[in-house]
Amino acid sequence: MKKTIGTLALFGLIAAGCAAMVSDEEREAQALAMMKASFKESGQAKLDRLDQDDMQKMCSRYHGDKVMPRDVGEKLEKEQQALIKFPADGKLVGDWKSGERIAQSGVGKQFSDNPANPNGANCYACHQLSKAELAYGTIGPSLYNFGKIRGFTPEMQKYAFSKVYNSQAFSACSSMPRFGHSGILTEAQIKDVVALLMDPESPVNK
Amino acid sequence: MARNFGLMAAAVCALAFAAHAQQDKSVIDEIEKYRAALGDGNPAELWEARGEDLWKQARGPKKASLEKCDIGLGPGVVKGAYTVLPKYFGDTDKVEDLESRLVTCMVTLQGFTREEVVKDPFGGPGKKSDLEALVAYITGSSRGMKMNVAGTHPKEREAYEIGQKIFFHRGGPHDFACSTCHGDDNLRIRLQDLPNLSKVADAQRAYTTWPAYRVSQGELRSFQWRLYDCFRQQRFPELVYTSPASIALTMYLAKSANGGTYNAPAIKR
Repeated sequence: MKKTIGTLALFGLIAAGCAAMVSDEEREAQALAMMKASFKESGQAKLDRLDQDDMQKMCSRYHGDKVMPRDVGEKLEKEQQALIKFPADGKLVGDWKSGERIAQSGVGKQFSDNPANPNGANCYACHQLSKAELAYGTIGPSLYNFGKIRGFTPEMQKYAFSKVYNSQAFSACSSMPRFGHSGILTEAQIKDVVALLMDPESPVNK
Repeated sequence: MARNFGLMAAAVCALAFAAHAQQDKSVIDEIEKYRAALGDGNPAELWEARGEDLWKQARGPKKASLEKCDIGLGPGVVKGAYTVLPKYFGDTDKVEDLESRLVTCMVTLQGFTREEVVKDPFGGPGKKSDLEALVAYITGSSRGMKMNVAGTHPKEREAYEIGQKIFFHRGGPHDFACSTCHGDDNLRIRLQDLPNLSKVADAQRAYTTWPAYRVSQGELRSFQWRLYDCFRQQRFPELVYTSPASIALTMYLAKSANGGTYNAPAIKR
């Protein structure tokens, strides 16, 4: 009997040891499976939102002390750059007034949102933009005087469009959503946000 | 090219900081005053009192109170129980948080069906949630005690490690994870300070002040509600009440807050 208990305890220790050695990849798979069983579809938010593309997967894995290897990051940026679609008419700058409304609006894509309404970009949640809006967040850098400081050049217009369209193309694992790539904003809306940043008349550049 | 953008971004940050540090400070000072004013009286007491009645009343088909319910420190022990949750329970062979444990007891001791119990987990206009009241009473009974989640049982360890993965899991149309907003120091969304939940001091401060009475909603909000509404804003599907993922994530967050002095139900904007 004593021997059996001893053997059982030994098995227990081995089992505990093995449990401690579950690899990162296995834990990721377990987490995904558990999430699939723990969420339910609601409105426009289906369960496939829990699945990850390469960028989401890699950027979830590296955090804190686990720094993403440089080549992995560069590969991700290249892949994301190739996914940017520029407007067929070649025009990148729209209406800054509409851009300001889009920057203020935080609705869109939540299960509680009506998909018939236009989505917002909620830029102010993370960035300072115009001087008048004091309720801005600090997750992203200040964009006040964005065009004024960088110059109102076609190159900068192209950068602004690209960054809003797919933030991951410039800095892998940026916290910023890929507004164009993921279909959060329409092409016309992105042009309006670009105008908010790049139109000399926009309050961002005053 | 990319490097130039980086340099420019840094320059812009520095300029903006200098110009607006003053303005930021006054805005934040005003918010602090508002928060201090809120602390004067906390309507959460009403939920705590109703919860105590619900705990002690004989209810359900079995006409039993919840006073024999084991929520972590043995049957009927309320004081301090919240500080050891989530925890593995042998009778269900599961890791449970407070809310899942209350559901378990209302089913086993009082004879309600699970569907009846979880029908209204969160209160709203015209509907009161018994669970939120019970949560207020139980958590309030741990005020002033230190968070002390064991996390040593193999199932608790597994829940913690999976919970950590869920915390960093980026997904959905916005590529958001919990860590997008709660993985760095001193960040704000609009004017709301964001705790860095991967750091002990912030995790303690955040976890020990939930549940909370939300002034903007006129409701006491439980920790399950907190996670549910975070995931909504994260653009994920709807988190199922007391689901395994919700408990695993709670395990990760609660254990990260170990050593912090529990001080809730709190009051928040």
